[in-house]
Amino acid sequence: MIGNLRTFLLFAAVACLLVLTGEMQSWSTALLIFNMGLISAIMSLGVNLQWGFAGLFNIGVMGFVALGGLATVLVSMPPTTDAWAAGGAQVLLGLLTGAAVIVAAALALRHLPKSRLRGATVLAILVGGFFLYRWVFDPGVDAVEAVNPAGTGYLGGLGLPVLFAWPMGGVLAAGAAWIIGKAALGLRSDYLAIATLGIAEIILAVMKNEDWLSRGVKNVNGIPRPVPNEIDLQNDAGFVATAQGIGLDPVTASSLYIKLSYSILFAVVLVVLLVLAQLALKSPWGRMMRAIRDNEVAAEAMGKDVTARHLQVFILGSAVCGVAGAMMTTLDGQLIPTSYQPLRFTFLIWVMVIVGGSGNNLGAVLGGFVIWFLWVQVEPIGLWLMQMITAPLSEDSALRAHLIESAAHMRLLTMGLILLLVLRFSPRGLIPEK
Amino acid sequence: MDLLNALVALSNFVLVPAIAYGAQLALGALGVTLIYGILRFSNFAHGDTMAFGTMATILVTWWFQSMGIGFGPLPTALLALPFGILACVLLLIGTDRAVYRFYRAQKAKPVILVIVSIGVMFIMNGLVRFIIGPGDQRFADGERFIVTARDFQAMTGLDEGLALKTTQGITVVTAVIVVAALFWFLNRTRTGKSMRAYSDNEDLALLSGIDPERVVLITWLIVGALATVAGVLYGLDKSFKPFTYFQLLLPVFASAIVGGLGNPLGAIAGGFIIAFSEVTITYAWKKVLGYSLPESLEPSGLVQLLSTDYKFAVSFVILLIVLLFRPTGLFRGKSV
Amino acid sequence: MSEPFLIGDAMTGGYGRGPDILHACTVAVERGEIAVIVGPNGAGKSTAMKAIFGMLDLHEGQVRLDGDDITGLSPQARVKKGMGFVPQNHNIFTSLTVEENLEMGAFIREDDISGTMAQVYDLFPILREKRRQAAGELSGGQRQQVAVGRALMTRPKVLMLDEPTAGVSPIVMDELFDRIIEVARTGLPVLMVEQNARQALEIADKGYVLVQGRNAHTGTGKELLADAEVRRSFLGG
Repeated sequence: MIGNLRTFLLFAAVACLLVLTGEMQSWSTALLIFNMGLISAIMSLGVNLQWGFAGLFNIGVMGFVALGGLATVLVSMPPTTDAWAAGGAQVLLGLLTGAAVIVAAALALRHLPKSRLRGATVLAILVGGFFLYRWVFDPGVDAVEAVNPAGTGYLGGLGLPVLFAWPMGGVLAAGAAWIIGKAALGLRSDYLAIATLGIAEIILAVMKNEDWLSRGVKNVNGIPRPVPNEIDLQNDAGFVATAQGIGLDPVTASSLYIKLSYSILFAVVLVVLLVLAQLALKSPWGRMMRAIRDNEVAAEAMGKDVTARHLQVFILGSAVCGVAGAMMTTLDGQLIPTSYQPLRFTFLIWVMVIVGGSGNNLGAVLGGFVIWFLWVQVEPIGLWLMQMITAPLSEDSALRAHLIESAAHMRLLTMGLILLLVLRFSPRGLIPEK
Repeated sequence: MDLLNALVALSNFVLVPAIAYGAQLALGALGVTLIYGILRFSNFAHGDTMAFGTMATILVTWWFQSMGIGFGPLPTALLALPFGILACVLLLIGTDRAVYRFYRAQKAKPVILVIVSIGVMFIMNGLVRFIIGPGDQRFADGERFIVTARDFQAMTGLDEGLALKTTQGITVVTAVIVVAALFWFLNRTRTGKSMRAYSDNEDLALLSGIDPERVVLITWLIVGALATVAGVLYGLDKSFKPFTYFQLLLPVFASAIVGGLGNPLGAIAGGFIIAFSEVTITYAWKKVLGYSLPESLEPSGLVQLLSTDYKFAVSFVILLIVLLFRPTGLFRGKSV
Repeated sequence: MSEPFLIGDAMTGGYGRGPDILHACTVAVERGEIAVIVGPNGAGKSTAMKAIFGMLDLHEGQVRLDGDDITGLSPQARVKKGMGFVPQNHNIFTSLTVEENLEMGAFIREDDISGTMAQVYDLFPILREKRRQAAGELSGGQRQQVAVGRALMTRPKVLMLDEPTAGVSPIVMDELFDRIIEVARTGLPVLMVEQNARQALEIADKGYVLVQGRNAHTGTGKELLADAEVRRSFLGG
């Protein structure tokens, strides 16, 4: 009962902070924070599945989030028919060749007797296959990227409604997680951490380099939206009349309306995922997960297939991160591979989970909101603080200019400090696991 | 066919850069491996520790430069290096007192220490950006080259030139000195042996009267020095940017793990394995092959196996292969 | 009767907050003698030795070394007081050479250790031969010699061995016992826990048979070997 009250009060406090932001700064800012808070909460939920339920140390969250973003482009952008005609088939053939090479190497590894010959065969398949793959693949890529490079230069997507991209983001992330999990889940926790960190960097490297896929660093803009455009609303006489009816000018009203629509969409997803996660936590499956987390050796001795269970939860958690990634790219309306930074998309999510309370779904959600709120607000607060501190210095003081300019980096310091303080004084987080 | 020119081109574009990069990675990996051996966790703040030491060195370098102090043909940063090391060591020891010691006393699980090190990483990263900003800094001065490509061509009469940058020469010489000093310390001094003993068997070390806090203190001291030297050499050779140093974490960890975590010799071998793989796989071999193959076989494309942006993939794939087939690394590290 | 050199007197205690394992258990060793703790599995033999060495908390009883009460000291402090301890497992630095192992054994000493090292090498000649080799590469019996040698490097006043012959072959075991007798002949008291009760009692001046953390039988090695009940219950007839 006390625990429930505490949870309620903490969420109420977050709501108060948002209302305060709305009153003091603007409602638009408050909604912006709320929307990203919803997305952060979902990512945090995904990491909590892996870490809180199963004790898996995944620091490749950024990679799965980015895959979700990629899914948005692949699902919702219109296909570039010229590019498909020019080299689409060749590119697909190239990818198939690559996959076939890997399968062949894996089969050779599994079925040949262990010997020097096996090693040499596998190596030969991989090296030869690599050149074959590049031979098939490269001309296709060149052809695709040559088609209107300034405007498209990539294969485009399926042209489906963007909401389909959200589950698709989950599927894409799950697929990647399956491959990674197969290879790396047997490893010790810090090895798994390094492996996932590396995977995330590789996923990003692919997205930055493979222009045929999603235009690389040229970015994809104008991703279709699941909600109307502001400008259409402002031209809609009925909307304008309603807005004026409640005393808002049409521009503000349209912006708030759009943001609220996103909020509702995101909130629905969060609630659904939260309910599922809670059901999972309380189910026999969830209990078994936690048993494995707390004592892997004992669980294994009792006949539990630890590796398979880990793989399941790793895939599920990554898929949730993928869904959140797709939602975020939808909200942004563009895919910018260079904007994915591990500090922001991996480690910050970890701070959310730890601060919120690992092992507790509500804690993870709360952590998502609280930390995201701080992440956004620390910058203006830091700026204000710096201006206060440097006020005695003269206007043209170099130190003053430097300090004010550097205030933007306060957020990293703050996040580190929060993480360390929580780990030290409240290691189970704001809402501890029951 | 012109094997001599092929060899020179190979040295210029692959061997020399890879040796310099390998030495930098090895120094970074030594720090990671020492922390793992003594404090028993993977320190995710290591890249940012390197950044902090380098930043301190850069600031002192600028100060020296503004006072007109130089080091002749060598970079001023070498003069500033001891000050950078001092700053880095002080930060590390302060961090240990304020943060890590608490968890050591609790005998916290390694994974908790890893998460704690992520918090430290955030703070160090923020600190560096706060002080010097997130931008690119070049701080190498003095002579740029020991041998320029043009001089080399004039000397040998070959078509290909072999350039040797001062920073590459300094990297290799410094790395050799530092590594020799480290191994002398670990293998020949009583304190060094007590560190190895503590790393090998903590309980027995306690029974033998080895003071763990002293071992930990000396470890941070050495790690601070190694991280700063590695960071400064990398920064001189390329440039300093906080984010790049954070990203160095992956190849540095890959080096330490490939060699066998906790094994200093392995860290060095791992550094060179990763560096050579990265450079050879992302190098466009057209020129070298053009010289070494008969004309009829001369390649038409660049013969670049992977674009340079995939260098992380190289570290990563090697890392994964080693972990899957030989989890304790090539040089049998600790499997704790 | 004079006080024994080292005595764990009426010790009661267990690990951390767990249940008591020892119940008023007394174990002692006199100057220049070998004392052996034997008993069935789970009798608390090793626990009794660890209690004497300060590795678990005693609620009752005392540990006295040469008349001094050392009950409150940490194991490290007891090493400085002159107790040498060889744990049952992980008792050498596997990645260090034999010589480095001995050096680390003498870590707390500030004086010249070469004399002590020579004595250890005289006692265990095979170690001199292998002094540059990593201790982890040696055979089981040789490792135990390194472990005992390491403990001797502090020039302890009493040597404590926790199952020194665990996991070695019978021939090596005889050899190790010979060495231990030699160590004791130099005037160093030896207290050891042994699984191989019969052989151990044969070389023991004093034997303690523990059952469920209590003293069941105490006497000289010969007396215990001759005791019908001890023979029946622990020595297999």
